[in-house]
Amino acid sequence: MTGYIIRRLLLAVPVLLGVSILVFAIIRFIPGDPARAIAGVHATPQYIEQVRKELLLDEGLHIQYYVYVSNLLRGDLGRSTFTRRPVITELRERFPNTVLLALTSMVIATVLGMGAGIISASKRNSVFDNVSMVISLVGVAAPVFWLGVMLQLFFSVQLGWLPSGGMGGIETFVLPATTLGLATAALIARITRSSMLEVLRQDFITTARAKGLSERVVIFKHALKSAFIPVITVMGLQFGGLLGGAVLTETVFSWPGIGRLMVNSILTRDYPVVQGTVLLLAVMFVLINIVVDITYAFLDPRINFATREGE
Amino acid sequence: MSSKLQVADKTVNIKDTEFQQVLRHLRRNRMAMAGAAILVLFLLGAIFAPLLTSFDPARPDFGNAFQKPSATHIFGTDELGRDVFARILYGSQISLLIGLISVSIGLILGVPVGALSGYYGGKLDLIVQRLIDIMIAFPGILLAIVIVTMLGTGVENVMIATGIASIPTYTRLVRGSVLAIKELRFVAAAKVLGISDLKIIVRHILPNCMGPIVVQSTFQVATAILWAAGLGFLGLGAQPPDPEWGAMLSKGREFIRTAHHLTTFPGLAILLMVLGFNLLGDGLRDALDPKSRKFR
Repeated sequence: MTGYIIRRLLLAVPVLLGVSILVFAIIRFIPGDPARAIAGVHATPQYIEQVRKELLLDEGLHIQYYVYVSNLLRGDLGRSTFTRRPVITELRERFPNTVLLALTSMVIATVLGMGAGIISASKRNSVFDNVSMVISLVGVAAPVFWLGVMLQLFFSVQLGWLPSGGMGGIETFVLPATTLGLATAALIARITRSSMLEVLRQDFITTARAKGLSERVVIFKHALKSAFIPVITVMGLQFGGLLGGAVLTETVFSWPGIGRLMVNSILTRDYPVVQGTVLLLAVMFVLINIVVDITYAFLDPRINFATREGE
Repeated sequence: MSSKLQVADKTVNIKDTEFQQVLRHLRRNRMAMAGAAILVLFLLGAIFAPLLTSFDPARPDFGNAFQKPSATHIFGTDELGRDVFARILYGSQISLLIGLISVSIGLILGVPVGALSGYYGGKLDLIVQRLIDIMIAFPGILLAIVIVTMLGTGVENVMIATGIASIPTYTRLVRGSVLAIKELRFVAAAKVLGISDLKIIVRHILPNCMGPIVVQSTFQVATAILWAAGLGFLGLGAQPPDPEWGAMLSKGREFIRTAHHLTTFPGLAILLMVLGFNLLGDGLRDALDPKSRKFR
């Protein structure tokens, strides 16, 4: 197991290197002078020259990349061309907000999704089953930003129950977290249902029922445990996906997180911040996937650690 | 299913091609047919847009701004007095085209790479897999955002960005299928007969991966449409006056308090189109993979 974890972590090293190359390439790819792009639209010629010297932009690409990565490893991601503050400071301020939003929506998605999935599976083909499956189909198809705007329209504009944006007390979490979590809830509901149905057909469940155990015990104690692994996998994969959705959700709700910072900095051509946010989101995603893989391996003893290496 | 039907099934099965069988399964699946119907409606709407509405989707008509839905303007008008229904009709051309081109890019680049990587294995496979790992390190829409940042905004760049972002899906899918199929006896037989690797891949292996590729492509069109709308919403995709649904929705949001039809209808259009592709994809998967049918 320890060997597997170490191998999994080592596999992430080339990926992270590749991510850093891609992020490094963003500025070199856009048309025009990279020094001007990093210094900002309103920078003085002197400042542009200074940036060019600092980042060795007249040298070869491999030297520039070396400088970029060594700065990166020291936590130096450059400065925002607008606020002139270090990018790392901006990221540090926003990062917890995105994590909080993602975690809250995951909790909402899990409770809604597993609840609906379990009831649907145990009352197969009932009205509840059909209605919740239709809702989950629509939930997966609805664009997250539209969902957010519709919830805003209904709960903030028309009913006035909840704030339409910003981050503050618990009431400010309700709409963004629900918006972000609904598609995941829909997926979790579908997986929980089909996974439960599969388990409920197996012999040990028939045995449990034959022993005279109540349906509640059969479902919650016996079936749910076996049905859990595919659900956990989907949850893990989706948690990373929530980061992508957060970019849109944060924009809808003016949520002060990494996603909104990224979009704003793209629109204002604040490229050092663009690089920082993209890098952070990708690194987070890679790390989450490692944790998911390890958890998965831990939960399912059937996984042969030796054979997973080449995946 | 009645036993009579099953008997009928069996007698027909002998004569039917696989394609006909799949089609028959699909036709019996009500959800898949609903999806197909939605898509046919959108396709007809996109093709015959100029016949279905007399309004110009781009020309402003300031005297008619912010009209609520009525008999003349069934989805109302926007802040420049343009007919929202006309814009959604023409917008379906953009969305369908983005879906089509994006998936084509993913297929053309992703399938060969996945097939070669799976067939030859070794160093090539290792390099390809690490490259794909780097691409999938960007969650969901993020890779498309990064590419658009480099290329610039506009519908064409959105197609390229969403297309490139869909490559990993195809590469992994095809690689997995090829890994399984290349171990089968008919591939070994073809090798013994001296058939070239390229021919084995193209003639014998790829046709056997077609099922999953078709299913994935159906879902991928939906994903590309959602991503493109997301980019449009963020201001990174199609630019005005293009009647792209995501961009329309984003603009309409400014008037949410007074004219919410400007956000409601474009959003419903995206939802319906994506739902159509998802339902059809579910149906195709069930029809192509008999194992997945039993729990429905």
